[in-house]
Amino acid sequence: MTATEFQPAKTEVRQPILQARNLVKTFGRVVGLDGVSLNLYPGEVLAIIGDNGAGKSTLIKCLTGAEVPDSGELFVSGQQVHFKRPQDARVHGIETVYQNLAVSPALDVASNLFLGREERLPGPLGKLFRVLDTKGMRRKAKEELTRLGISTLQDVTVPVENLSGGQRQAVAVARAAAFGSKVVVLDEPTAALGVRESNQVLQLVRDLRDRGLPVILISHNMPHVFDVADRIHIQRLGKCAATITPQSHSMTDAVAIMTGAATA
Amino acid sequence: MTQQQTAGPPAAGHADPAEEFLDRQTPLSRIRNILHRYPALSPAIVLLVAVVVFGLLNERFLRVENLSLITQQVSVVGTLAIAQTLIILTAGIDLSVGAVMILASMVVAQLAVGSGMPAPLALLLGLVVGLAAGALNGFLVTRFRLPPFIVTLGTLNIFIAVTLLYSGGSTVRGSSMPGLLTWMGSTFPVGPVRISTGVVMMLLLYIAVAFILGKTAWGRHVYAVGDDKEAARLAGIPVNRVLMSVYLAAGAVLAVGAWIQIGRTNAASPNAGVDLNLDSITAVVIGGTSLFGGRGSIWGSLLGALIVGVFRNGLSLAGLDVLYQTLAVGVLIILAVSIDQWIRKVKS
Repeated sequence: MTATEFQPAKTEVRQPILQARNLVKTFGRVVGLDGVSLNLYPGEVLAIIGDNGAGKSTLIKCLTGAEVPDSGELFVSGQQVHFKRPQDARVHGIETVYQNLAVSPALDVASNLFLGREERLPGPLGKLFRVLDTKGMRRKAKEELTRLGISTLQDVTVPVENLSGGQRQAVAVARAAAFGSKVVVLDEPTAALGVRESNQVLQLVRDLRDRGLPVILISHNMPHVFDVADRIHIQRLGKCAATITPQSHSMTDAVAIMTGAATA
Repeated sequence: MTQQQTAGPPAAGHADPAEEFLDRQTPLSRIRNILHRYPALSPAIVLLVAVVVFGLLNERFLRVENLSLITQQVSVVGTLAIAQTLIILTAGIDLSVGAVMILASMVVAQLAVGSGMPAPLALLLGLVVGLAAGALNGFLVTRFRLPPFIVTLGTLNIFIAVTLLYSGGSTVRGSSMPGLLTWMGSTFPVGPVRISTGVVMMLLLYIAVAFILGKTAWGRHVYAVGDDKEAARLAGIPVNRVLMSVYLAAGAVLAVGAWIQIGRTNAASPNAGVDLNLDSITAVVIGGTSLFGGRGSIWGSLLGALIVGVFRNGLSLAGLDVLYQTLAVGVLIILAVSIDQWIRKVKS
């Protein structure tokens, strides 16, 4: 459906929201990234796949500030950036949902959505006594969940540990979507989920894209990747082996490229 | 779930059998959910039952003088439990709370009596001692990434030694102190009850800390850090700064505890309060705060301190040997931790 939109000829016109050029990252003698470049365009879902040790996680960590690349350049909306910690990426509108789910189980849904950027009451209560605007945050959390079409989370006062895996993932994704003004990065969002919950999360990914927010999706699950991705970046041995689309290649082709049995 | 799917079409009236399966609750799990949501509920029930039972055992127990006495007896441990709760909420533990408090009380007493320093200034320097001790603990925990148990086991010994070296092992009696230092021990009548200033001070601290934990971002960050440190870091919370501030806050609370202790015992003794660290942990644990961090309530710790006080007082009024009090406290601790483990298994 969108394959034609991302032909090379067109990409020259569109400015990538997030661009990586020749990223290199080594861990001692192990080469994690060996000169990887990547472009993320507005309104697309870019999947990153690859075998274990291919450099998927390292790539993502370099893009989100969790690791600092040895060399290479990063651009957000054409402006060069240097991320030293996750907060730096966040400041530039890049929100990440980590594989191990950065949610606090004992805190409720609303508190988790606003964790680390709580809002205070207006007036002296908030300024002087630093009182949280709990009601306001709950209302906004509800609005945000409704906006994202997450219907499974009606009560934002429930502790996250009482939620199912899919609902927790939805909380994490909702947080990223609520604050990620430019890019949302999802690391294996469906890895621990059942069929129905996976579908909910995939739908969420589509909704984000439809709202114009580009998504980077890291996954091992080929059907999921081919289901939602507009383009697929295949990592192999620390390099980008190919960038394909679900229309141009089959799942078998993708696996073949991933394992080195074929080239694009 | 696979069983549900192979069991044929869903039963009439249930749109989604999987939903039904997920939300299935037994009465027991419902109780567990409620206890999980309100961690101070179980200690509240225990306290209520204990008061009723001891009241029935001995009619003297429920007399206002006796109840007033119990509150005075728990004022010191109750205050230490505030500091302990803050630290345990971050999944830490502080074995040095008693030692810090005694050190601060000795500094205050020596400065006021030995050096003739004005009482308010001596109290202020006591606060500095508490903050410095908290800063040392916090520094070792955050910078060297040492387990709080080990750090505070070390500082416990250091603070005890420093206290004895500083004081020369001698006790400063309350009669020689300025009135302000022993003010926390004075009582005033409220109707038929006599309330001590120390108890009021403890309650004020509880209200302040409950407000901060419940209503400010800092409070929420304390829970988040104790709940899952890595998740908190990824959410953008400055974990080390939160931990450091928790140890500093605990130190400040301990300094106030020192003031209450001087009033309560009408003396500053370097040998007092050896068991206070364990007593404060007992109060926090019985109060339903999880030793694994991130779960619990400050009011639970007050209830926990009261439960221990009520048990000790009630058992002694019932004419039982003091050893049975210790036995009862031991049983209470194990019960409380078992209940906590059971509650934590909620819908994981």
